[in-house]
Amino acid sequence: MIGAACAHYASRAGLHVTVVDRGPVAGGTTGAGEGNLLVSDKEPGPELRLALLSTRLWTELAAESPPDIEYERKGGLVVASTEAELTALRALAAEQRRAGVTAADVPADRLADHEPHLAPDLTGGCHYPQDAQVQPALAAAHLLRAAVGTGRLSLRLGEEVTAVLTEKGGAVRGVRTAKGEIRAPHVVNATGAWGGRLARMAGVELPIRPRRGFVLVTEPLPRLVRHKVYSAEYVADVASGSAALQTSAVVEGTQAGPVLIGASRERVGFDRALSVEALRRLASQATRLFPALARARALRAYAGFRPYLPDHLPAIGPDPRVPGLLHACGHEGAGIGLAPATGLLITGFLTEAEPPLDPSPFAPERFAREPAPP
Amino acid sequence: MPSPGDPYDVAVLGAGPAGLAAAVTAAEQGLTVALLDAAQQPGGQYYRHPAPAARATRPDALHHDWRVFAGLRERLDAAEGVTRLYGHHVWSMTREAPGSPWSLHALTGEGDDDDASAPGTGTTVQARAMLLATGSHERHLPFPGWTLPGVVSAGGAQAMLKSGLALPGTRVVVAGSGPLLLAAATSLAAAGADVPEVIEASGYLGYARHPAALAANPGKLTEAARHGAALLRHRVRPRTRSAVTEAHGADRVEAVTVSRLGRDWRPVPGSERRVACDALAVGHGLVPRTELATTLGCATRRAADGTYALELGPLQETSLRGLWAAGETSGVGGAQAALVEGELAALAITARLTGRRPAPARRLRALRRRRDHLRAFADAMAAAHAPGPGWTRWLGDDTEVCRCEEVTAARVREAVADYGARDPRSVKLLTRAGMGWCQGRVCGTAVACLAAAAPDATPAPPDRRLLATPVPLGTLASLTPADPPPAAPDDPSEGHPS
Repeated sequence: MIGAACAHYASRAGLHVTVVDRGPVAGGTTGAGEGNLLVSDKEPGPELRLALLSTRLWTELAAESPPDIEYERKGGLVVASTEAELTALRALAAEQRRAGVTAADVPADRLADHEPHLAPDLTGGCHYPQDAQVQPALAAAHLLRAAVGTGRLSLRLGEEVTAVLTEKGGAVRGVRTAKGEIRAPHVVNATGAWGGRLARMAGVELPIRPRRGFVLVTEPLPRLVRHKVYSAEYVADVASGSAALQTSAVVEGTQAGPVLIGASRERVGFDRALSVEALRRLASQATRLFPALARARALRAYAGFRPYLPDHLPAIGPDPRVPGLLHACGHEGAGIGLAPATGLLITGFLTEAEPPLDPSPFAPERFAREPAPP
Repeated sequence: MPSPGDPYDVAVLGAGPAGLAAAVTAAEQGLTVALLDAAQQPGGQYYRHPAPAARATRPDALHHDWRVFAGLRERLDAAEGVTRLYGHHVWSMTREAPGSPWSLHALTGEGDDDDASAPGTGTTVQARAMLLATGSHERHLPFPGWTLPGVVSAGGAQAMLKSGLALPGTRVVVAGSGPLLLAAATSLAAAGADVPEVIEASGYLGYARHPAALAANPGKLTEAARHGAALLRHRVRPRTRSAVTEAHGADRVEAVTVSRLGRDWRPVPGSERRVACDALAVGHGLVPRTELATTLGCATRRAADGTYALELGPLQETSLRGLWAAGETSGVGGAQAALVEGELAALAITARLTGRRPAPARRLRALRRRRDHLRAFADAMAAAHAPGPGWTRWLGDDTEVCRCEEVTAARVREAVADYGARDPRSVKLLTRAGMGWCQGRVCGTAVACLAAAAPDATPAPPDRRLLATPVPLGTLASLTPADPPPAAPDDPSEGHPS
């Protein structure tokens, strides 16, 4: 998705772009994502600024794309089950409002207006109308297809990059794949969870690690869940400084009928084996919020790997250590949501245009002084 | 039976020929055995028979080797130490770490396969060794009209007859490829159906390329000859290098179009003819059910018929130590191979768990030789009946490839040609083909073949399905909490929901 967004904005700016992927379109984390376009889960700061810009850009992209991408501005509903959680949620919402987020407090007795099937014993919530949803694989495929239509994008699938080519002076001059060399003065690393590997090919460290998440998909159901609904538990935990590992289930319906329940998070490398415990937690959190889901059957579950960096901010921009190399990866679980702003920032760097927001918090070299990961 | 809380010595998943042979052998060797199956009685697909309530007088009428099954069942009843866990729908197989016991997570109380209305309860069975004998499911190659009532699978027609149910029609065309066609045609004719034609897409000449495999398996030739003779008695003559390329009818099938096929199964234009019928039984062989193992990263091999089977060592062990497989999971090979492999695997498991040599050595050698001969024959058969790439030519643009999600061939082709899909997973993401109830078990082959049409397509990897069968969320939620795997020390602690 990030690569598709970079290609979209760059080709629109008149650049000639080649997208290389070792697999099919959306074969990596994009194909395993839920398509969350969220502002509600972000604290004020650089990531929220990126998310707010993306929210606006997604509206534009959706207007230009066919309805197939299943963009839906369905809104998010964060719900609390204790008074403490509600207090923490309200405090966060107040800060988010000051940062430009639209958030409306919902008292307990009005929750059913938003979500009629919610558990009756919740203490209240917050409604975030800017939260939206897209089918990420379709969105990526349609963006690339549109860019191919401009004549400025060439798409090379099933072709793995084996080396980043550099000049004598160290500047990038392209990449090598099993099928030959692709010459370009700029190489954008949009390889997500595998971003560290590509960076190493260019001789630099980027400490991206995979964080596994599972998503549960139910059988098609009549419209039971209207928004993206999740528990404010995690807000309270952040506020309390708890170090415990969390799984916060996001529950949402899809246009096709199945309810999606995501997503757990664990650091176990690129291991796709099923964690029964992760599924148990997701299912119990989802049925806690929506008791009617207990009878719904999960048809499938899948794993994906979020690319994460130690400070939970993506790496976006040129790498001063290798002229011509840019990074656009490390968005953790927010890559679909943050893709358009990332694509626009990268295009700004490539065309030396004024950046739409301050890119310095995303500078890829910010980890350079830390010891290399084992 | 082990004490409560202790794992069984071995869990055998699947009570068909392979699983039954393994369970009785292991129990007779003194192991404690859990024998699991989704059905309410043993037998699997092959020894399928009417439920006791149906009071069938001669369940053996459709089975030439019913005596083998009866013998296994007697040994099972006599064996101590076998816990029969029927009606167990296993949705996942896990293991905490190499060397620790296997856990099978199952749903019970769901009644029969087709009655899934009542939510089941969850149960977990633990065992020190694991034997997968989960068999296979049918391979489907769609064609225009394949969703009409009256079109059934060849295996489905067999199963209906074995379960004591009705014939799919009175005038039944049998089509597809593979030995199941002859068996189905024989059974249908014996049960009183008129079988006007048996349409086989391959030529039987394919077998002639493997004379050694044929010579080593006189039993298989006798079997084929028996079907052939039975068909002749019913005046049915198999027609090779032909296929049903369309089924016609308004409310149900009334006729089919039969086309001759070129070498790669491409229909020959102008060769079409119409055959009247009121039912069509169509089968294109079987696909091993390996998802419980492939999900754990078990190594697979591509069989000659294009399906993925588990890669096994000489004594039936998979690439994961402690996990064995027998029967169709190790490559479609039929009931005889399944019986041999089940016994062989049970002896190997006994040897591993007890530290004794797998005695007696002569028996073991004989089993291995027999297994190798049967496997060689199965490989020859798989090669002879492998679908040629040209079969997708008989798919019309509006032919539904995925019935569950109503995805047409045109949409799959578009996803490949214009939107960058290159394998079944990306086709699924872009079209929803394979996302419905069957989770791609019906449309998987067709989607993989259409995706392979891209010039830069990568070969489709074997299926990975984390849930082997649907599980109610309430059942998942009520599982016993466990400690999550230890996280790395620098694991971030906050829980953003996305």
